[in-house]
Amino acid sequence: MIKHLPALLIVIPLLVAIITPLIGRINRALSWYTATITTFISFVISLSLLKTVLEQGRISYWMSGWEPPWGIEYAIDYLNIFVLIIISFMAFVGAIYSKKNIDIEIDEEKKPFFYSVYLLFVTGIMGMTVTGDIFNIYVFLEITSLSSYALIALGKKRQALLAGFNYLIMGSIGATFFLLGIGYLYLMTGTLNIADLAVRLPEFYHTKAIFTAFTFLAVGLLMKLAVFPLHFWMPNAYAFAPSTISAVMAATGTKVAAYVLIRVMFTVFSLEFYAQAPFNIQYILLVLAVAAILAGSIMALAQTDIKKMLAYSSVGQIGYILLGITLMNTNGMIGSLIHLLNHALMKGTLFLVVGAVVYRTGLTSIENFRGLGKKMPFTMAAFTIAALSMTGVPLTVGFVSKWYLSVASIEIGMWWLVPIILLSSLLTAIYFWRIIDNVWFKPALGEEGLEHGHDNHRKPKSNDAPASMLIPTFTVAMLCLVFGVFAYGPVSLAEKAAMILLK
Amino acid sequence: MNKHTAGGVGINPTEKSPTVTDQDKDIIKKTVTKFLLPFIQLFGLYVIVHGELGPGGGFQGGVILGVSVIVYALVFGLKEAQQRMSVKTKDLLVSSGVLVYGGIGVIALLFGGNYLQYNVLLPDPKFASTIGIMGIEIGVGITVAAVMITLFYETVRVDDND
Repeated sequence: MIKHLPALLIVIPLLVAIITPLIGRINRALSWYTATITTFISFVISLSLLKTVLEQGRISYWMSGWEPPWGIEYAIDYLNIFVLIIISFMAFVGAIYSKKNIDIEIDEEKKPFFYSVYLLFVTGIMGMTVTGDIFNIYVFLEITSLSSYALIALGKKRQALLAGFNYLIMGSIGATFFLLGIGYLYLMTGTLNIADLAVRLPEFYHTKAIFTAFTFLAVGLLMKLAVFPLHFWMPNAYAFAPSTISAVMAATGTKVAAYVLIRVMFTVFSLEFYAQAPFNIQYILLVLAVAAILAGSIMALAQTDIKKMLAYSSVGQIGYILLGITLMNTNGMIGSLIHLLNHALMKGTLFLVVGAVVYRTGLTSIENFRGLGKKMPFTMAAFTIAALSMTGVPLTVGFVSKWYLSVASIEIGMWWLVPIILLSSLLTAIYFWRIIDNVWFKPALGEEGLEHGHDNHRKPKSNDAPASMLIPTFTVAMLCLVFGVFAYGPVSLAEKAAMILLK
Repeated sequence: MNKHTAGGVGINPTEKSPTVTDQDKDIIKKTVTKFLLPFIQLFGLYVIVHGELGPGGGFQGGVILGVSVIVYALVFGLKEAQQRMSVKTKDLLVSSGVLVYGGIGVIALLFGGNYLQYNVLLPDPKFASTIGIMGIEIGVGITVAAVMITLFYETVRVDDND
């Protein structure tokens, strides 16, 4: 059965997603168990695949036994196993966490459907990651997108519907561009298998059709990735979706889009293509990345709603990921891949904390965070760790990726990127400080007067999040520290991936 | 769930307490529909089963099967149609079609092939391929038909909330 794990990774969540509404008919509470167990199985399968990849190198699984390039191939190498571990872990964490969160953020009768769509979403993101067929990526991209529209629209506020609809429009345009790009590739080469494309494409690099194909693929993916000028769908989508979904989508959805961008840019196409393209693709993407880093941080400063602030902060962080990709050297790629992991952990933690706050207080304004440090100490500790990591304080994961990105910029003579990274870190520190200040150093709203004279008599009662929310949140926050100190594991894996990509 | 069974308002507003004149008015379309439905469904099944050899397949056949229920709902009213094809049944069918598809893939795994490699299912690989692909087409057909019906039910139902 070990041989079939790549297929089972996708098939199990897909089939369970179909059965979940039927199980929900029997008892609504059961659907949570099926979702959690299924995502756990997927995570375990990913770990087992990691072991296989480390021992034997690239895994190739032939769907229905057809040999690639004729059949669909599931190909797993160092790059996708790295992404797969991140997303399957975050999907599992999200599933555990969702139990209490869903109680208050989704209508009771919609629960089984929520978990069904959630599992479809997980199927989609994992499918995009493991498949070695570019059209198959598109199919899974659509599964992911359709399920995420539904998940966003499940939010209780009415704006959730509008946010979902906006994302639907933008996402469909992005997916269509991606499909058009695939169409051009197929037109010129007659193949859809990524490994086969990599062999056949170079002789067509000079043609306008292939350049057009690249443009369509890149724009489509940048839209899915929410890079700065194309990010408009994201803040509202994250702000109005149920908190679990904000966390899981921020931690996995954009990561997978980034993975596909890397795959397209460096496996389907190669460095040779960028050297002979009609104009400098690297510079264009670099400008976008820098614009995203700065604009995301500046817009985050202006927000009063924490979920929107985190969403704009994601725009900035995605800029870092894109920056590392466009530097096109080994350290840049390592920085980018590590930042995929970091951002998943940090943004995951932050959104999970917000979900816990919503569970206890029902509010998401930054003002409302005043005095929460005393009421929810553990949750807020997790928040602080993740915020420090976002800023890039040493000993947290955020430092590792920023370090690699800075080194990579200097290596290729673009030292002016370093001040930009520093400036953005400063802005990040500012917008997180507003919250940390509120959390730890200010009394709760309406309790200012009680500060003086009553210190000894009155101790605010700790009313932390329930364990099923606190434990996942705290685990992810701790991982921010663990991978910040013991960065060797992920970095060595990322280095292997970078080696393959930039050979 | 009682939303769905709210009744066929909007399609056939005169359906409650039909008088003799109402029946007279509807008698031609009702009779013709009753007469045609078996043929529509038979054709749908033919398109599904014959899919791998001629034009058609699970999707097209499924649409035809779904349409047969939709035509019935248009002529006899939503209430009547939902007595024949209840919301529960069609929900079950939506899931089970995909399960047939995925299940064939999993059975192929158990028989030692790769996922969906259905030529290992029977001793004769060619015959196994035929049976396997037919099973998959049937799965697709069931789901597509049920989804078509779902779309129709959801579009015409009158929401209590709004």
